[in-house]
Amino acid sequence: MIWSSVADQAHAVRTKAISAVELTRAYLERIAAKDGELGAYLAVDEAGAIAAATRVDECVARGEDPGPLAGVPVGLKDVFVTEGLATTAGSRILEGWIPPYDGTAVAQLRAAGAVILGKLNCDEFAMGSSNENSAYKLCRNPWDLTRTPGGSSGGSAAAVAAGLCSFSLGTDTGGSIRQPAAMCGVVGIKPTYGRVSRWGVVAYASSLDQVGPLTRSVADAALVLEAICGHDPRDATSVVEPAPLLASAPTAGVDGLTIGIPVEYGGDIDPEIAAAVQRAAAILREAGANVVEISLPHTKYALPAYYVIAPAEASSNLARYDGIRYGIRRGEGGLAEVYRATRGAGFGAEVKRRIMLGTYALRAGYYDAYYKKAQQVRALIKHDFEQAYATCDAILSPTTPTPAFALGATTTPYEMYLADVFTLACNLAGLPGASVPAASSSTGLPIGVQILGRPLDEATVLRVAGAIERAAGVMDLHPPFAGADRS
Amino acid sequence: MTELATALQNWEPVIGLEVHVQLATRSKAFAPSAILFGAPPNSLTDPVVLALPGTLPTFNKAALEMALRLGVATVSKIRAKSRFARKHYFYPDSPKGYQISQYDEPLCEEGVLDILLPEGGRKRVKLTRIHLEEDAGKSSHAGAFSLVDLNRAGAPLVEVVTAPELGSAEEAAEFMRALHRMVRYLGISEADMEKGQMRCDANVSLRRRGEDRLGTRAELKNINSFRFVQKAVEHEIARQARILDGGGTIVQETRLWDADRGASFSMRSKEEANDYRYLPDPDLPPLHVDGPLMMNVMRTMPELPMAKLDRFVRDYDLREPEARQLIEAPALADYFDAAIKAHGSDRAARTLAAWITTELGGALNRDGKSIEDSPVTPAHVAALVKLIDDGTISGKMAKTVFDEVYTTGTSPDAIVARDGLRQISDPVEIERIALEVMAANPKQVTAYRAGKDTLFGFFVGAVMKATGGKASPQVTSDVLRRLLS
Repeated sequence: MIWSSVADQAHAVRTKAISAVELTRAYLERIAAKDGELGAYLAVDEAGAIAAATRVDECVARGEDPGPLAGVPVGLKDVFVTEGLATTAGSRILEGWIPPYDGTAVAQLRAAGAVILGKLNCDEFAMGSSNENSAYKLCRNPWDLTRTPGGSSGGSAAAVAAGLCSFSLGTDTGGSIRQPAAMCGVVGIKPTYGRVSRWGVVAYASSLDQVGPLTRSVADAALVLEAICGHDPRDATSVVEPAPLLASAPTAGVDGLTIGIPVEYGGDIDPEIAAAVQRAAAILREAGANVVEISLPHTKYALPAYYVIAPAEASSNLARYDGIRYGIRRGEGGLAEVYRATRGAGFGAEVKRRIMLGTYALRAGYYDAYYKKAQQVRALIKHDFEQAYATCDAILSPTTPTPAFALGATTTPYEMYLADVFTLACNLAGLPGASVPAASSSTGLPIGVQILGRPLDEATVLRVAGAIERAAGVMDLHPPFAGADRS
Repeated sequence: MTELATALQNWEPVIGLEVHVQLATRSKAFAPSAILFGAPPNSLTDPVVLALPGTLPTFNKAALEMALRLGVATVSKIRAKSRFARKHYFYPDSPKGYQISQYDEPLCEEGVLDILLPEGGRKRVKLTRIHLEEDAGKSSHAGAFSLVDLNRAGAPLVEVVTAPELGSAEEAAEFMRALHRMVRYLGISEADMEKGQMRCDANVSLRRRGEDRLGTRAELKNINSFRFVQKAVEHEIARQARILDGGGTIVQETRLWDADRGASFSMRSKEEANDYRYLPDPDLPPLHVDGPLMMNVMRTMPELPMAKLDRFVRDYDLREPEARQLIEAPALADYFDAAIKAHGSDRAARTLAAWITTELGGALNRDGKSIEDSPVTPAHVAALVKLIDDGTISGKMAKTVFDEVYTTGTSPDAIVARDGLRQISDPVEIERIALEVMAANPKQVTAYRAGKDTLFGFFVGAVMKATGGKASPQVTSDVLRRLLS
């Protein structure tokens, strides 16, 4: 059942075809056998997972419904706050912190019957595009262990691709779900900003962060999204809308939809990626969609705008890590020294870089030139999309400029930032976006394409993703590393 | 001449205040924890107050309504859309590393607040802004360690900022009294300065009399009582005048007022000032004030202190000082209104006011009680005054009755009925007693008639003594005057 869909696993558990404990043990065994090499998990909660699975089985035994994700084993990016289970955000500064509460998405998963296997590796505070900024360990791409799984939700993508969980949750601030999903050959969706509560998600950039699932199929993504979306009064930016009904969207087809392809997204990309986008466009046309060219003229400013706004918010959000109340504390002999030593030892280089960038941008007298200007650019980018959506229902583009690159290959921060060049605009505009596997490279690496939708229109994104998935023929591929046993 | 008086001959003080008032909401501004004075340290916390990773603020709408009440009462311009901003600084009593405040889009701007001048009359003080923010926790320093109590952290505050147009330490103190009175009338804060529910920073500068340009200012922090406002500002005026008179210049700086030593100390210079790196808070959507909310606030506005003062003087013919005393606390003013209502006649207002401010006020003050705890009800005071008015008891008797009402809570009518207290106002009866007194004191009668007028009181006293204090002073006086002439 390892490779079965989320729906099939839940059905099997509910009908006692398999017990939740058996299913959970199967994944735990795989993690024990394979994750040493892969590095997807930062913490495995065997006891907690078995206990949760046992409760699901007891629930089934009593004739009650444990929920739509009954017994389905899930991995969580380590930015999700989990009661009683260490949460580090991939940072030394939070080492040893055991949260006293569950975040909303986590609580929703538990309520739906999901079984939490453990916490997944990620770039420190979700800042990065290769998972190499994790303070704890390297995470590898199961398709090629010398390559990155992408980031920042690298562990979430790698674990799903390698069959070390049925699905996972990640967060996406500038592409952190979609980019690793593309690089690991899985489906990743970033819902509309505000769709999933941010309560209990360690903040990186509050106006951009959004929670979403990484799954092995579009149908799985729809099912998980239904479980985690919805208004949460504890998140003031949460959308006041009920959770959307998405189950039928992946198979609803694209007949009559208009798909826009941005002319600006050609440029400097891998030819195999460009070909994959063309192929996806052909698939959609074949399926009855109208494919048109659209323009997003301000898209080239997305990267600089993002790298002002996100670091500015991050510098603020990370001010609370001061060594006083939780996490590590270093330094003796005075408050300033405790701050300096704790933050000096606790944060990694990229996090420090972004704190400094953000602190600089928010200095008195510089606000207008940086943060305010970036917000104006953001408004223009948002306007671009509004214009585009007057003529199309969804937008198709590459997810990444290249397939998974080699670990250690990226030398400058800017080069790394370019890995998110196609995904950033979606966060700045608050739109829903997905990456779906669309092709394999000549070297056998997965290639994903990105689908963006209108605000709150996850359904259309899933329709388009579902159509590409069905026709692309890469859905059933599993990395050789995973030992794709069909048990 | 005192140093201050000398200073004021040459220099004109220009004072602006920033006053923080804690709003009386049940829970914190952005977190679910309760607000309670005197709770065990760090007992009023939750994941949001502690700024645990992953927590988010959600705004307590009760604080908005309270702030709007102050905005309406001060005739401020109220923004239909204001915004929360993060104000960054590192300190252990600020768990997030920033305070949620308002910066360039505050809730209220351009208001006014009238203050009562000690010499009589009023002054209209301009308010630059009123904004919402959260309080910090409390740090205390004990030797090598510092202790932090986060009970107060996150409590909702309004910060009221005046234009720099208070002209003296007295005016600064009066502004504090006016604001204190106002927030208590509005029911939005206890504003107990001893509990830190109202705190003040003062910006003080001097300019040579006759000049328009403002001088360099110093900011005084940590002023925590009405008395200290005046003392701290006076001290600062004298300090600056001393420097300027000595040919020096004022350094722009923040100074900490030390009430124990009656002096201020430099905390940091302008160069050392924090760069707060204000950022619109991305966790909180803009704050919208809509029509129905404003209507609700307007509809429930109470009569405000100055309107009440005007009404007491106009409708009840009270003298200004007495009226000022009565409006000081809303409960006292309500008490007075209730007493007039219970009495039924506006013409008794002055008498009622006198009883409330003098007898009752004196007794409560003596026992450290507030008007809310008064054992004497407004109906009691009204009944007492009625008993005097209709001649049943004399004013002197009334004082005795009042004391018993105050001690036992028994109504004046019941006491009068029980003790058969009734003043003797029958002139025939009093004449009989007066003649007895005169007969017993022939020498005094002769002396009085020979022109020793001061003996009149002796005869009144003797009649009073003979009647056990029950003789009507008026009738006694009339009868004696007739018999002795």
